[in-house]
Amino acid sequence: MNAERMPNHAAAGEVVVSGIAVGKTFADGTVVALDNTTFEIKRGSFVSLVGPSGCGKSTLLRLISGLITPTSGEISVHDTPVTGPRQDISMMFQKATLLEWRTSLENVLLPTEIAGTPTKADKNRALDLLKLVGLGDFAFSFPAQLSGGMQQRVALARLLQTGADILLLDEPFGALDEFTRERLNTELMRIVAEVGATTIFVTHNISEAIFLADQVFVMTSRPGRVAKIVDVDLERPRPLSIQTSPEFNRLVEDVRVTLGAV
Amino acid sequence: MADLAKPVQIKDGAGPDKALRYRRIMTHAGIFVTLILVWELASRAGWLDPLFYPRPSNILNSVWLIYFKNGNIWEHLGVTMGLVFMGFVGGSVLGIVLGSLVGLNSLVRRFLKPYVIVLEATPRIAVAPLLIAAFGFGSTSKIAIIILVCFFAPFINTLSGVMNVNAEKLELFRSMGASKWQILRKLVFPDAVPIIMAGERLALTAALSGALVAEFIQRDQGIGSLILVYTRNLNMASSFACIFTLTILGFLIFKGMELLDQYIAFWKYEAGRERVSAKRRRAMEG
Repeated sequence: MNAERMPNHAAAGEVVVSGIAVGKTFADGTVVALDNTTFEIKRGSFVSLVGPSGCGKSTLLRLISGLITPTSGEISVHDTPVTGPRQDISMMFQKATLLEWRTSLENVLLPTEIAGTPTKADKNRALDLLKLVGLGDFAFSFPAQLSGGMQQRVALARLLQTGADILLLDEPFGALDEFTRERLNTELMRIVAEVGATTIFVTHNISEAIFLADQVFVMTSRPGRVAKIVDVDLERPRPLSIQTSPEFNRLVEDVRVTLGAV
Repeated sequence: MADLAKPVQIKDGAGPDKALRYRRIMTHAGIFVTLILVWELASRAGWLDPLFYPRPSNILNSVWLIYFKNGNIWEHLGVTMGLVFMGFVGGSVLGIVLGSLVGLNSLVRRFLKPYVIVLEATPRIAVAPLLIAAFGFGSTSKIAIIILVCFFAPFINTLSGVMNVNAEKLELFRSMGASKWQILRKLVFPDAVPIIMAGERLALTAALSGALVAEFIQRDQGIGSLILVYTRNLNMASSFACIFTLTILGFLIFKGMELLDQYIAFWKYEAGRERVSAKRRRAMEG
């Protein structure tokens, strides 16, 4: 990929996303979705947000994306406060949400069109990204001609097309079958490492959260908050078989204890 | 040649199905011919009053007369189709524009809603004489009547199309920082195209009925007035010939709209997706 997207080793350890005493309430303050949360996320790291429904993990992701604004506290990205959606953040959802009237290529180019007029270079980049996610032969297919897993791959390519260095993924493969999900997770790890992006990944699957991440934010509900941050020091690249290793199981247990679900 | 070979291969797998289809067509044709024969014989035997139920052979003769020997139907057919076209285009444009305005603006919607409900509950044809009073005799008032009857389907469908935008897609656009105009142009309107097209189909059918009513009221020219004139002269065979013309016209309109839909809302059809997919690939690869 291009230079701006290469991991900047000189600045490794630099904080790119941070939140100070962030709170979000809904329904006139009667529902506390996220309570007084402070966190830091370092450049190039992969963070999983894991927890049960209602723990505020999706709320936290939407707050970082700027889709919603915090009721209290402040979130900063690249040292500037988040006030709304921005070009250095790119987001992916549980459903592929592709536009049915656009080909894979045109769907991947959508964020570029929103930001301006796509150039020949943008188109080539989109084609490269489709190759990167394994859909080189499907650039001119419409979503209805693709399987669910392939549609999510297109969504993944679109996520990367913006060139944003912060990627937010909200249970991106949650609607897919187990095998497809594992394969896409493995590819996701490879791809984000390749482009050197900072990744925040929401899931309710503990193994998935640990397998992918450098850090797992374990979140609990009522009120939603980050109960514990578990560091995952497993070496990369990680084979699928790592999930049966004793170290991996110790981490799973650690997360489970925090969630109160031993 | 490859394109020709493909469907043949598919049909190979459906061999028995093809035979069944053939048998069905033959059965239908048989029933139809029998009906016509019974009609003809009943009329000749004096069981059916030939004044009101003209014989199929007479109707066929009338078809030959009005289409070829005298050829007088063509002018009227042209007039009616011209009216239908202009009324349909006018009603569609009005329906889509107003539907978008009302659908996208909650303030306009709030104030316009009661009137829309009243107008929807009123049979539109009832207003036709008033339109003639307002616009006078001539094609202007006829077109106004057609616009009135075919305006509603595109209006309501556009309204619901632009209002029911998929929430997840909307969030995607917001997360990309899309402007309101970009959301409209790249999401709301394309997303509403299939439902608007469904409204257009209804509108075109309504336009044909509207044109006939308008011609019944002002019987100067057009198929509607031709039917009236023939019926008044007790020339029922020619009336029937005109009605069958309208049946065929209605069928062609239906098929035409189906084709238009497959072209405009192509992504809803397997064949459309394949066609456009191949086209985009060619455009890109040069």
